[in-house]
Amino acid sequence: MRVLYALYSDPDSAQQAFDSLRANGATPGFDERQIAVVSSEPFDGFDFFRQDHKTIIPWIAALGGLVGGVAGFWFAAYTQAVYPIPTGGMPIVPFYADGIITYEMTMLGAILATLITVLITARLPNWKRKLYDPEVSDGKILVGVIDAPEAYRAELEKKLLGAGASGVKEFSSKSG
Amino acid sequence: MNEKTIAQINEDLLRPVLLTTRRFWIAVLLLGSVVAAGVGAFAYQVWYGIGVWGINRPVFWAFDITNFVFWIGISHAGTLISAILRIADAGWRRPVTRCAEVITLFALIIGGMFPIIHLGRPWLFFWMIPYPSERQIWPQFRSPLAWDFFAIGTYLTGSFIFLAYPIIPDFALVRDRVTGWRRKLYTVLALGWRGTPKQWHRLEKAMHIMAIVIIPVAVSVHTIVSWDFAMAPVPMWHSTIFGPYFVAGAIFSGIAGLIIAMAFLRKVLRLEDYLLPVHFDNLGKLLLTMCLIWAYFIFSERLTVWYGNESAEMAVFWTTQRGPFAPLFWTMVFCNFIIPFPLLAIKKFRSSITGVVMASCTIVIGMWLERFLIIVPSLSHKYLPYAYGSYRPTWVEVAILVASIAAMGLFYILFSKFVPIIAIWELKVGSHKPPVVHHQVSVVRVSSTAGAPATDPGLLATDH
Repeated sequence: MRVLYALYSDPDSAQQAFDSLRANGATPGFDERQIAVVSSEPFDGFDFFRQDHKTIIPWIAALGGLVGGVAGFWFAAYTQAVYPIPTGGMPIVPFYADGIITYEMTMLGAILATLITVLITARLPNWKRKLYDPEVSDGKILVGVIDAPEAYRAELEKKLLGAGASGVKEFSSKSG
Repeated sequence: MNEKTIAQINEDLLRPVLLTTRRFWIAVLLLGSVVAAGVGAFAYQVWYGIGVWGINRPVFWAFDITNFVFWIGISHAGTLISAILRIADAGWRRPVTRCAEVITLFALIIGGMFPIIHLGRPWLFFWMIPYPSERQIWPQFRSPLAWDFFAIGTYLTGSFIFLAYPIIPDFALVRDRVTGWRRKLYTVLALGWRGTPKQWHRLEKAMHIMAIVIIPVAVSVHTIVSWDFAMAPVPMWHSTIFGPYFVAGAIFSGIAGLIIAMAFLRKVLRLEDYLLPVHFDNLGKLLLTMCLIWAYFIFSERLTVWYGNESAEMAVFWTTQRGPFAPLFWTMVFCNFIIPFPLLAIKKFRSSITGVVMASCTIVIGMWLERFLIIVPSLSHKYLPYAYGSYRPTWVEVAILVASIAAMGLFYILFSKFVPIIAIWELKVGSHKPPVVHHQVSVVRVSSTAGAPATDPGLLATDH
């Protein structure tokens, strides 16, 4: 993977770069999904930050809760049924007492499902070399194009510089 | 707060992580010594048995269970408050949330240790964990003690994730600024975080879901702790009011604990530009609300017992009103209401950090006494007058209590040495200007999430 990118000091410049790349992307033969953005904070409200915002995490969390709750109730009820003890006329599998285990396991299921889904969808952990620039942690916003056609390199550099970047850099996942 | 640049925010908030001062080592040494003394007392107890405690027949629960309830209560501050403020999108929460969430994690760990210490044979604690056993000693799922295991386990897991996930971007920040073994450590801890829109969206979505889930869990935890008592037919325990009464007390003591911790961090880590008087003022208002709610609950609890006039309950009632436990009871009332109420209600006192911290200190003491007064008077005055007893703590129990307080301070200081104690990326979100209108969708999203176009957390604090 090769990425041609530039760093911007403020989100408005990053937005300008994003807009100019997106507007003319079809001509050099790449689409919007090839525009890469990396930042040290979320920029809600900006177009360049709207990539990949759709998620099914809430549904997965609900499913995790359902699985957790059923497992919790089964766990408590199965134990009580297999090892019955004298309960003085009270039920062997009590609804109210087992409800607490069911409730807590429902919540735990939702929490763990959320965590696992987030880690998988955000591709974490991943220690392989990926597009990044340490200046991002100083507040710079990285905007670039992944695997852009070499023939349009000059045009892309011009667009990136035109939005206010001080220079254009190149990242390759193969180089050290 | 003066407007800070991103570089200044990075520098100020990463300083405690990157630089180790002499004060840090002195604090670690002092607190570590107290914790070591507590561990020594615990070892003494394990060696000689629980006869070294002051508990006796009929007072089988005393200091350890008081400490358990107290610390679980303190744990309520962090995650619960953070989650509520996150859902409400209160801008002033940003410098406060991580300080609060850390309290939850460590208070839960410390609180969760006390039932194990209390077992007498702590090495058999795993009997509480469900596992196949040929002796058929499985947990009794109808027991409130087994409920505790599940509730605290869920809350601890949820609180840890709620705290840890937003730390990942800050670990990445530290990773880019350190060298040597610390770079390797923070590279691993950052999990390869880069800050793509996808990663940020997932983080924010997960935090919203977690905030919604963790609030009912927090409420359930302390309700279930209250059921340890309310399920038993012991005078003044078997009450339906115990659930909300415990939760209100937990939030009350938790906010007080949070204010003390924030004041401590503000001084020690020189965070005066971030933890502003307005944050203490806002938390002071919350504390005032909880002070009034606590007063209502204690009055309500006493009223129903007094009106019922049941002889066994009245025996406990009078020991706390004018009997041997009365000095502790009235000290509690002073600490939880008489002293803090004016300090928090009068704006002049509340708007000074000293006033709010003083109120918080008395509340923490008062709430520990409240937990003690729930447990010991009822156990010492049960239904049969010939079985009445009394209780005095020994040095072992006092040493373990003091060590638990020192452990909280020690954990907090060590944590702030490895992790920025204020969420840097969240603070930056509050400091950058909102977007220029690019299209219709942007306008709707910004006005519904970001609220006023604030440029720094202090301004947000006064606006919201």
